Amino acid sequence: MTTRRTLLKTAAASAATLPFLRVLPARAQAEGSLVVVTGQTINSLDLHRTGTNRASYQVAVNCYDRLLTFGTKTLPSGELSFDYSDIQPELAESWEVSDDGLVLTFKIKPEARFWDGSKVTAQDVKWSFDRAVSVGGFPTVQMAAGGMTRTDQFEALDEETFAVTLDQPSKLALPDLAVPVPFVINSAVAKANATEDDPWAMEYLHTTPAGSGAFKVARWDQGQQLVYERNDEWVGGTVPALSRVIVREVPSQATRRALIERGDVQMSFDIPDRDAAELDGRLKVNSTPIANCMHCVALNTNFEPFRDPDVRKAVAYAIPYADIFQTAAYGRGRPLWDGAETIEGTQWPRPFPYTTDLAKAREHMASSGFPDGFDVPLSISLDLADWMEPTALLLQEALAEIGINAAIDKIPGANWRTQALVEKSLPLHLENFGGWLDTPDYYFFWAYVEGNLFNSSNYGNPEVETLVSETLHMPMDDPAYGEKIRRLFEIAIEDLPRIPLYQPALNVAMNGAAGYEFWFHRQLDARPLERVSA
Amino acid sequence: MSSQAKAISLRIAQTIPVLLGVVIISFVLTRALPGDPAAYFAGVMADANSIEATREALGLDKPMIQQFFLYVGDMLQGDLGRSISTGRPVATDLAERLPASLELTLTALVLSCLIAVPLGIWAAVRQGSWVDHLCRVLVTAGVSLPTFFTGVLLIYVFYYLLGWAPSPLGRLDFLYLSPPRVTGFYLIDSLLARDMEVFFASLRQLALPGITLGLFTLAPIARMTRAAMLTALSSDYLRTARAAGLGPRKVLYGYAFRNALLPVVTTLGMVFSFVLGANVLVEKVFAWPGIGSYAVEALVASDYAAVQGFVLAMALLFVFLNLLIDLSYALIDPRIGFTEK
Repeated sequence: MTTRRTLLKTAAASAATLPFLRVLPARAQAEGSLVVVTGQTINSLDLHRTGTNRASYQVAVNCYDRLLTFGTKTLPSGELSFDYSDIQPELAESWEVSDDGLVLTFKIKPEARFWDGSKVTAQDVKWSFDRAVSVGGFPTVQMAAGGMTRTDQFEALDEETFAVTLDQPSKLALPDLAVPVPFVINSAVAKANATEDDPWAMEYLHTTPAGSGAFKVARWDQGQQLVYERNDEWVGGTVPALSRVIVREVPSQATRRALIERGDVQMSFDIPDRDAAELDGRLKVNSTPIANCMHCVALNTNFEPFRDPDVRKAVAYAIPYADIFQTAAYGRGRPLWDGAETIEGTQWPRPFPYTTDLAKAREHMASSGFPDGFDVPLSISLDLADWMEPTALLLQEALAEIGINAAIDKIPGANWRTQALVEKSLPLHLENFGGWLDTPDYYFFWAYVEGNLFNSSNYGNPEVETLVSETLHMPMDDPAYGEKIRRLFEIAIEDLPRIPLYQPALNVAMNGAAGYEFWFHRQLDARPLERVSA
Repeated sequence: MSSQAKAISLRIAQTIPVLLGVVIISFVLTRALPGDPAAYFAGVMADANSIEATREALGLDKPMIQQFFLYVGDMLQGDLGRSISTGRPVATDLAERLPASLELTLTALVLSCLIAVPLGIWAAVRQGSWVDHLCRVLVTAGVSLPTFFTGVLLIYVFYYLLGWAPSPLGRLDFLYLSPPRVTGFYLIDSLLARDMEVFFASLRQLALPGITLGLFTLAPIARMTRAAMLTALSSDYLRTARAAGLGPRKVLYGYAFRNALLPVVTTLGMVFSFVLGANVLVEKVFAWPGIGSYAVEALVASDYAAVQGFVLAMALLFVFLNLLIDLSYALIDPRIGFTEK
């Protein structure tokens, strides 16, 4: 019916006789290819570069290998997700942790090859890790989270043996080697393209990946599309079913929705909650709650009234949780209110035991030092307006009920980070931190320890700091771990520097695609995808 | 002839202070904007130290005056700097994206001129007739419907419901490879490569965004044509022409239209430069990799070099266009010459 089909036929028929120009069309339609649309733009093929955006992390995932990766689990909803508790080999064949927990030794798969056919050696791993801790910015910060900060911590013992020496044993070290950052680069190719000013070949790898991953980049039209082509020699896992994955950038939500509904593309990645709610049932929609992430209201202690515990509780009881969850998130994700009073287990994010109860909120306000209420700006980021704006409006209305006059203050995206996280100067604001490493102590480290980046409330509590530094590197099966974590939960619930609203979801719509797995980095992992008839 | 060449070079010389002003203003304005590129580009997990390191790496720790002279020095060597977010020289980015925007804008303008000019003339000649009313309706609709709305509506009807239009996926469907680059205009490049399939494919991709933008630009042109024609039709010289017994065709096109053309060309120039920068909404809806969306993204990220490059490119284009329009005045109306003042 559509002209597309007829065109396809001609393209396929003429493929054999016509020159190169027709090769892509014919193959693009082969059973083994898939088209994904996304609203984000991939701005670099090298995650380590300064200025590389989030969407570009998928290139590190699909085109490069790490030593380790995470396994897969099926969630109760039937959706697939990475499994933080199950560390699996990728480039490493096996690994050993010394008895004191300080030395991690990896055996690299002997059959592992880069795309150019050269062998993946421990020297390549060392060079890549050295790069990650040396270039500064995000990669260096993420490596430090696993206890890796200096190049002398990495050693190539022989061609296939690589060792990491830690300053202190940490449960975060192994998982941190499975995040996208410590990917292994073909160091011979990179060094050949490095210059004196650019010893880490940032310039070259920005546009030309050199890895061993499951997909190669067949084509990259910046701002338009990225075409992945399967690496048939991949040894990091099961060779992908798809021979080609085309990631097309379409900024307009409406256009993306029309495309996926028509079935001209097989996957629409990271769709808005609203589209997810509306398309669910008609198409296959995965809405996976994002691991270790929550949307919350942050109360800054540098603002006088928020130092009053009664004011903080009053706010927690005034928030219209259910309305916010329905209006801002269209019910996608997981509620984080009305939780059990008693704390069991170490699951995080967890519902706090607060509900919308205006009577209680008024009581707390009356017994606080500010019975007549006060004025406060309620800050939101324009970049995140799709959930922050409706949330802020509902919050503003509810706070007015208990005498708090919140004027909504919209801050442009480029300023948001500076004001909210670096200067931490916003009295009342919304926040959405999510930790890549999925343990509660890791979340507490970033969001509840004074001075750390995501503690935008300026919250400081010596007991929290002690507990976090004790639990951060402690194995999760340590008998003392659970108790300490539960104590942290208790303090967070009592002190309320940040009030959780809900755990947001990453929504993906599929029309002819299957095998999608959720990953904490929230980007497309093209490797397990396959095509099914729509 | 030589006096005309001299006059043109004088005009070009006059643009130098304008460009100088643009360079200074764009430099100062981008830095006066709130937003800290170092914090933005240091990434999600950056702390104060890594932000400072990023600032140094971007050269933003130097005093502003020094930054300015570095920028101007590079620019004089043809180097517009490097966009942080795309990681490429700004000149390369612009060279890639400007043709996309120009192709779309020119298509839209040609389309709207083909409709608006005859419509305007007809409406003026048959004042008060159904043509005049049609003209009024079209003009009102064109002005009052925002482009993103028309765009989404056209996609809904012609792509989603009817399936006539191709997937709104930018300049070419993923089934095709872009033609070898000569001008950057896909229509021209594909013709040069004698690849009719790609030519028609890019034409089909152009249709909906072109119509969307065309509807928007149609209004001022039709309006201006009609008004200018009305003035011309009621003028003395036309009455004289008619009295002298000239044929209606000669009167209408030879005298009335030619005189009405001046304001129309002026409007056309203004519409063109305005639309080129302002079609970002259409670009977003149709995933068109144009210059408008590039500039907006750069602005959001406080990507100084990219914003400055965009402003400069637009200024150059504007100056060139003005020159072109002035020259065309002389062609249309020989009384307007380029003699020195």
